[in-house]
Amino acid sequence: MTFNGAHFLGIDGLRPDEITALLDLAERYVALNRSASKHSDALAGMTQINMFFEASTRTQASFELAGKRMGADVMNMSMASSSLKKGETLIDTALTLNAMHPDLLVVRHPLSGAVDLLAQKVNCAVINAGDGRHEHPTQALLDALTIRRAKGRLHRLVVAICGDIAHSRVARSNILLLNRMESRVRLVGPPTLMPAGAADWGCEIHDDMRAGLEDADVVMMLRLQKERMDGGFIPSEREYFDRYGLDAEKLACAKPDAIVMHPGPMNRGVEIDGMIADDINRSVIQEQVEMGVAVRMAVMDRLAATLRDARQRERLRSSVDG
Amino acid sequence: MTLWFVNARLIDPEAGVDYPGAVRVEGAAITEVLAENMPQGAHEGGGRVIDCAGRCLAPGIVDMGVQVGEPGARHVESFRSAGRAAVAGGVTTIIARPDTDPPIDTPEVLEFVTRRAEAQTPVRIRHMAALTRARAGREMAEIGFLSDAGAVAFSDGSRVVADTRVLARCLTYARGLGVLVMGHPQDPGLSQGACATSGKFASLKGLPGVSPMAERMGFDRDMALVEMTGVAYHADQVTCARTLPPLERARRNGLDVTAGVSIHHLTLNEFDLADYRTFFKLTPPLRSEDDRLAVVEAVAAGVIDVICSMHTPADEESKRLPFEAAAAGAVGLETLLPAAMRLYHAGALSLPQLWRAMSLNPARRLGLPGGRLAAGAPADLVLFDPDAPFVLDRFALHSKAKNTPFDGARMEGRVLGTWIGGAQVFPFAEA
Repeated sequence: MTFNGAHFLGIDGLRPDEITALLDLAERYVALNRSASKHSDALAGMTQINMFFEASTRTQASFELAGKRMGADVMNMSMASSSLKKGETLIDTALTLNAMHPDLLVVRHPLSGAVDLLAQKVNCAVINAGDGRHEHPTQALLDALTIRRAKGRLHRLVVAICGDIAHSRVARSNILLLNRMESRVRLVGPPTLMPAGAADWGCEIHDDMRAGLEDADVVMMLRLQKERMDGGFIPSEREYFDRYGLDAEKLACAKPDAIVMHPGPMNRGVEIDGMIADDINRSVIQEQVEMGVAVRMAVMDRLAATLRDARQRERLRSSVDG
Repeated sequence: MTLWFVNARLIDPEAGVDYPGAVRVEGAAITEVLAENMPQGAHEGGGRVIDCAGRCLAPGIVDMGVQVGEPGARHVESFRSAGRAAVAGGVTTIIARPDTDPPIDTPEVLEFVTRRAEAQTPVRIRHMAALTRARAGREMAEIGFLSDAGAVAFSDGSRVVADTRVLARCLTYARGLGVLVMGHPQDPGLSQGACATSGKFASLKGLPGVSPMAERMGFDRDMALVEMTGVAYHADQVTCARTLPPLERARRNGLDVTAGVSIHHLTLNEFDLADYRTFFKLTPPLRSEDDRLAVVEAVAAGVIDVICSMHTPADEESKRLPFEAAAAGAVGLETLLPAAMRLYHAGALSLPQLWRAMSLNPARRLGLPGGRLAAGAPADLVLFDPDAPFVLDRFALHSKAKNTPFDGARMEGRVLGTWIGGAQVFPFAEA
């Protein structure tokens, strides 16, 4: 599970210094991405396969761009429409791909733990691009980088995560990361969207958004995931917006320099007022997208280095044996 | 033919004691139980004498709620493989569940499985039958015919009859026939889609959870219907602390109610799921440690009557899936006894207490003659060493299905010999 291992499956298992090192490396890729020649050869000669068992536009594009800028051969597979429908199991799909010798496998799956399962069966580096409601670790890293650039630090901040916590892997990874970096995390949302046992996670729980935002440094909005609702978590979208949608009046409860974040895609007028989302003085939503490419480059850079080391050792061992 | 078991530590669940002694068996029945190690008569008269060397001799286990794959899934578990696993685990009577494919919901299917079972294994196999046709919860099965054909109890397995009007009529009809109904206490709405017990752990792992309250709600509903109809009712698995007070209350109010629990819920908890280990996915899901302790205590106090294996075979493919998509259930026939020894060695339950729950109570509840160590009882016996340590290798199990949560676990308690009706059935004769 740890980052020194062969895979990147979750924030759970990362040490604070490993997180800091990843963010520092990502900063270098931010600079690269802003330069005229956006190219490195950290992944030269490597094959990266993006396997998305759940539809995604932004995350897949972000991983694809990150891989291409680092010189990898990138292939996208939209699994939602292919072999699963033919009755192939996840493990068989993984073994089939494994036989094609990829170096990096980026996986998103609608079931929690599916990426862990897959990682046990292949001998390349697996990156979790979101599994069920479990983890979305690169999202937490890009959020952390965005916060660190805006606030200069990750400790002693009050971060309010608002909305559909129960169904959100983004929230889980962010809670793990921010707790680890010694920030104060508040979870804000209606009780129906708050996961059971959340009070034991070391977070403050608020069902009143104004109280939850008081003196917050960071306001992190979550998408109200309509596709996951099997009905009846909230009475209506308009009542939700009234109580839990971020508008200027509720944002006034936070610190005057509080930043507003959203992992996208946004539902304007449901969880966030369009005016706030577009306010360049408060919203860092566009910057989050930019940081996304950079942290994914950093993660793949580290995994590629681990992979090369392992292969180098393997070669040395076989030459000694031979 | 006379058979003597001498120099044994006898486990008598009826009297609630264990003591050194000897047992005499004539033919298929126990004829004498003596509190002396080497009785005078043993070495005279030409019978066979088995020196138990101080090991435990107990009535064979009566396992209430075993799924065998016949009909429908013989490749996963057959009567023959289940029988071998049973005797290797000291189980001499299997109470088979009706949740097969097709379910055991007609006398014809029941006669078929009864014949198959008798031909394939020496283990005594008694069958439960479905309460409703196709276990669909809509129309009642032929409870009378099925009862005539030998069904010992009626149950839809882990499917809850959601329509209370249907259930009330089934229970009323069953009451008229004086048969036992086994329910699965669970609120079907609240538990829909859940694969773990709700709480900090399930939330962190991103698994859809069900509150323990769903079990109590299901139980409360069933108790209201039992009060209304007067039927004899057994709750297959009571696994939460919250279900215990209503269970005690029902008993106090004179309802004919008993309850069971699986050995897995007594020895494992939700944290065993760890990184999505699907062999620990059970129905109902594993509970918190607090619940586990409360339920162990309830068994000790006699509030929960029965411990069973809830043997549920599943093939490898159905477990090699993401946790939510994987099959639920674990095999347990062969590991019931060693797992129960964990409770014994932890000081939670004595051996007579364990055998009361694993042998005497289920036999009594189903009106079977086994479960006793007394003159006149059938000579269904298990000889075991409660201290023998081993590391469990799931591929060494006799079940066809190897889905045990105890793979690689350090366990204590080895079965040395099993007898059914006075005939030795374990260790197996062939090499």
